[in-house]
Amino acid sequence: MADRVMMKGNEAIAEGAIRAGCRYFFGYPITPQNEVPEYMSKRLPKIGGTFIQAESEVSAINMVYGAAGAGARAMTSSSSPGISLKQEGISYIAGAELPCVVVNVARGGPGLGGLTPSQADYFQATKGGGHGDYHLIVFAPASVQEIIDLMYEAFVTADKYRNPVMILADGILGQMMEPVTLSEIQDLKIPAKPWATTGMTKGMPQRIINSLGLAPEDLEKINVRIQQKYQEISKNEIRYQEEQTEDADLILVAYGTSARIAKTVMIKARAQGKKVGLFRPISLWPFPTEEIQKLARAGKHFMAIEMSAGQMVEDVKLAVNGKTTVNFFGKLNGTIPTVTEVYDAVMKCFSKGGLA
Amino acid sequence: MEKVFGRPEALQDRVYSYCPGCTHGIVHRLVAEVIDELHVREQTIAVAPVGCAVTAYNVFNCDCQQASHGRAPAVATGIKRVLPDKVVFTYQGDGDLASIGTAEIVHAANRGEKFTVIFINNAIYGMTGGQMAPTTLPGQKTTTSPYGRDVATTGYPIKMTEMLNTLEAPLFLARVSVHDPKNVNLAKQAIRKAFDAQIQGKGFAMVEVLSTCPTNWGMTPIEALKWVETDMIPTFPLGIVRDLKEGA
Repeated sequence: MADRVMMKGNEAIAEGAIRAGCRYFFGYPITPQNEVPEYMSKRLPKIGGTFIQAESEVSAINMVYGAAGAGARAMTSSSSPGISLKQEGISYIAGAELPCVVVNVARGGPGLGGLTPSQADYFQATKGGGHGDYHLIVFAPASVQEIIDLMYEAFVTADKYRNPVMILADGILGQMMEPVTLSEIQDLKIPAKPWATTGMTKGMPQRIINSLGLAPEDLEKINVRIQQKYQEISKNEIRYQEEQTEDADLILVAYGTSARIAKTVMIKARAQGKKVGLFRPISLWPFPTEEIQKLARAGKHFMAIEMSAGQMVEDVKLAVNGKTTVNFFGKLNGTIPTVTEVYDAVMKCFSKGGLA
Repeated sequence: MEKVFGRPEALQDRVYSYCPGCTHGIVHRLVAEVIDELHVREQTIAVAPVGCAVTAYNVFNCDCQQASHGRAPAVATGIKRVLPDKVVFTYQGDGDLASIGTAEIVHAANRGEKFTVIFINNAIYGMTGGQMAPTTLPGQKTTTSPYGRDVATTGYPIKMTEMLNTLEAPLFLARVSVHDPKNVNLAKQAIRKAFDAQIQGKGFAMVEVLSTCPTNWGMTPIEALKWVETDMIPTFPLGIVRDLKEGA
């Protein structure tokens, strides 16, 4: 039975996680994601789960480490400054190869920044954030329904690769309400985790969860194995959506909330006879590099639209690699771009002597 | 012939990484003996710290998780909430527990998390080469207090056991020492009670163990044992300060 209900993005994060089999949530209050821990504190105790309001973001992510290492589907959520605090733990989780989900309902930065939506945590999410050579798998939803769907995908993917998955949303996605379809997940299978530390019952070999490689050859072995895993993830886990790119001269590249505005701009520009398309990365890491490359080889030009000073645009440029032009529209004040200002920027691209 | 002494099953047969005269080895053995006596080795998950005991997973013969510096009580919280019927303990030093990890230990204790903490207090950072710890004694020379710890600018040794004793939730809190055989026996009794508290599902327990660091103290092992008695115990008095089972 599928229920059709109105739901806030933050509630969808929590409900999506519960439907994906998550029973352990560790968090700390921070705006604009407070509905996630609030929802979890209400629901989890009723279904045999555990909610802990940790003493800090640092502790919350380390509780996730312990719970994930004990074999559970565990998660934490926060917003930008809180995610910065979690980076030590995230690096350890990546190093120890523990599956878990971390949600960032991003707000403006740097520092305390603002409380309103931003996409300025793209670098932190996709390029590391913590220390060492590691990657999170990063999914960026653009609607409340997609939040529900991606929460499930996040837990499945984390377990599949024993790697932390980040859901990178923004304050608008967290706060807005949309109708969603809540389908009962049939046949929810949480894979066996023989590596989890559950006690060496009946002569089992000792399980150790750590990220320490004191001897250079041990550290190299760990890093080579992790890098091979990242290659496999890069092959298998690319997710994106294309709209009207086939005949497009200019392709707007945007994720999350920005992609919704870009879509409206695309429709408006098409009405004016401008061939504009939309490319929406859903997996920010791995980034759909080859797909953008293909479009660049076909002569398409690009414009990245972000609520930041320009972060994802670097990945677009790496993919395009000078073959065509990559334009950028950024918004830095913690509000979403208006259709008009993005539309004007798009028109300027067409008017400045053609796209090339 | 009856076997009267042997390696506890909960200890691995390995060469340990500790310096000569360090009492980590004694404490490891006491913990392992208690785990054996309580028949819980197969149900136990240890949490190793950052510090000299970072490779405690090479010492204890049970499942282990290695935590980042100071975060062992948060990691143990995660494990124990998922596996409430298992036995979970952390093994942490003074830099780990009393400096970078003060928030984690205080709040785990305050929530009454049902795991056991073995806290090694040797008044110095051992693994990083002998820097000042929050538990360093006034006037004690270390590599970052080369003129002796100046209480006017660096404060006084933190008494974690007494600090945690201000909280309602903890069930068992004790400070012991392993500088002579009598105290080794008392230490074992306290560690056993601390594991017992958890196994009976009652609550948080911590045993602070005064330990030696001859290498970084610049002493012979024998001098170091004496220094525990003459210099550390007057600052860190021994005893069980909380044992709710006995109504203390």
